[in-house]
Amino acid sequence: MLKKLSKKDYLKMYQCMLEIRRFEERAAQLYGMGHIGGFCHLYIGQEAVVVGILMTINNKDSVVTTYRDHGHMIARGLDPKKIMAELTGRTTGYSKGKGGSMHMFSKENNFFGGHGIVGAQVPIGTGIAFTLKYQKSKNICRTYIGDGAMNNGQVFESFNLASLWKLPVLYIIENNQYGMGTSVSRASAGSDLYKRGEAFHIPGEIVDGMNVFKVREAAYKAGNYVRKGNGPYILEVKTYRYRGHSMSDPAKYRSKKELDSYKTKDPIQIAHDEIIKKKVATLKDLEKINSEVISKVKDAAEYALKSPFPQEDDLYEDVYI
Amino acid sequence: MSDIEKDYFEEITYRDALRLAMHDEMNENKNVIIMGEDVAKYGGAYGATKGLLDIFGENRVIDTPISEPSIIGASVGAAMTGLKPIAELMYVDFFGMSLDQIANQAAKIRYMFGGQTSVPMVLRAQGGTGRSGGAQHSQSLESWIMHIPGLYLVMPSKPCDAYHLLRKSIQLDDPVVFLEHKMLYNSKGSLDKKNIDAEFGKASIRLEGNDITIISYSRMVNIAEEAAIELKKSNINAEVIDLRSLNPLDKENIIKSVKKNKRALVVSEGHYTSSVASEITSIIFEHCFGDLLKPVIRYTAEDTPVPVAPNLEKESIPSMENIVNFSKKLME
Ligand SMILES: Cc1ncc(C[n+]2csc(CCOP(=O)(O)OP(=O)(O)O)c2C)c(N)n1
Ligand SMILES: [Mg+2]
Repeated sequence: MLKKLSKKDYLKMYQCMLEIRRFEERAAQLYGMGHIGGFCHLYIGQEAVVVGILMTINNKDSVVTTYRDHGHMIARGLDPKKIMAELTGRTTGYSKGKGGSMHMFSKENNFFGGHGIVGAQVPIGTGIAFTLKYQKSKNICRTYIGDGAMNNGQVFESFNLASLWKLPVLYIIENNQYGMGTSVSRASAGSDLYKRGEAFHIPGEIVDGMNVFKVREAAYKAGNYVRKGNGPYILEVKTYRYRGHSMSDPAKYRSKKELDSYKTKDPIQIAHDEIIKKKVATLKDLEKINSEVISKVKDAAEYALKSPFPQEDDLYEDVYI
Repeated sequence: MSDIEKDYFEEITYRDALRLAMHDEMNENKNVIIMGEDVAKYGGAYGATKGLLDIFGENRVIDTPISEPSIIGASVGAAMTGLKPIAELMYVDFFGMSLDQIANQAAKIRYMFGGQTSVPMVLRAQGGTGRSGGAQHSQSLESWIMHIPGLYLVMPSKPCDAYHLLRKSIQLDDPVVFLEHKMLYNSKGSLDKKNIDAEFGKASIRLEGNDITIISYSRMVNIAEEAAIELKKSNINAEVIDLRSLNPLDKENIIKSVKKNKRALVVSEGHYTSSVASEITSIIFEHCFGDLLKPVIRYTAEDTPVPVAPNLEKESIPSMENIVNFSKKLME
């Protein structure tokens, strides 16, 4: 049975979503100031997805995700200082400044990467699940997939393998309605992306990704199914990204009205209101969390900007030549 | 695109030159279509197809799902049956996703089926470093393509060549891989639509010189030109050759220039090993061995993945300063 949420749980979810948001806002600022270059895919609007899922997941479980990975790392409890350092290309970052925004990695935390090639993480997550099964581990691998990536052939090859071999993999489709400038309806035939698992006998369902409590409930059920050795499961989490695809995208392909309608269902506001309504904590408590988060993010930015860039010789580290 | 009617541009960006080339071909041939990820409504990740949807409509400028093997494969099928697809791959790095259709299908079909059919399509993609894109979005993979018989390979450095060579590529009856560089889109130059200097398969001598020959292509040509200007200060006159296309490769002009100058530097943003630069270097050794006063220098990107940190990214590719240094070394 899914455990009743304690006060600590409520505040943890709130804090975590807020930390992602404030972190991403700060990243956007640093990008604007030229401290972050290249790609930078923000997670703002999608916070409830990863936070809801992580509330039910064991820290020994593995994960692979896409380039939209900063929020995933923060939710996983990783150090915002080292995340910001990676974003700014510093040697103190999670990938020593060589991976950047899209390629965060923490082996000790079973975080097997932000991957830049759309869809490529899906077979990789499936292979990680293969290891888990081979080693008779109780753990599972969460494999995140964008809605756009759901039109990528290797995703279906992976579904087939995972179902055929009953691998402990939880596929999570983060359906934020767009793959760059192309909406799901313009890119995907048929409706409901999770149903694409049906052909492989993989069960799945749709979840309201703006509501962290609902995500948590669905993730608990799905995670249990996978952990019991039944094979893969697909969660299609409906969410929305408030910002453009990456920093260079003015997002002209969608209306302000559409964006505003999602902002009225803001995941952090929903959690906030629920906490106040249930009298779990006071407005003052939540305000305090906000200031703590702001100072944590400020520290992360300062740490990053004070960190050194890699040295010339680092170019030849970690490659066989 | 307000300048569509003009024939001469004092100054046009590389991006607009490409756009104009596609526009003009589409205007003249209704079988030319464009397909790729975000090419229509968004106008292309680097803006090269902006505005074409409004002019030619969604039957001819087509947004696809993120399905690279099928974008290329469907273009192959369409090309075999009368259409002229221009397929856009957002990054050359996605050759990794679609190489079967490029190398095993598009490149083979004419030959393998005894010449009964051909695959008249253009695959446009962009590559290179310069924007901290990291290991999976900054590669220069032209050597993968150059290795496969059956594929044309074009890599212009200037807007006027981008225009004329893209038009010519679309007109050809075989598959063409047309590679742009992400740092070139905003670069500017003149364009005369009527004056076709860019003969397909012919290199261009950007600067004439009698001391040393620098051979390059794509963005590195611009850096080599800067280096040549710098070298003048030391009384070294470099001849800068812009290959423009790698298949066909203008061996004749490479050999002619090296035989004249007896010193050669090959500059490329691809890796050192098994690369376009290796190929050109061996051509020079094969044909100019007796003429050379010094061994050819092959100056390329390092044999490492491309890192994100801006200082390392820069360090990983050839610099103007080192082109100057290597040239001076050849003159010693
Ligand atoms: C194979 C491949 N094709 C195209 C791209 C360029 N690209 C990067 S992200 C993206 C959109 C992906 O959309 P989605 O899967 O919905 O994920 P989201 O960005 O919405 O999180 C595209 C087309 C890529 N990185 N890799
Ligand atoms: Mg999406």
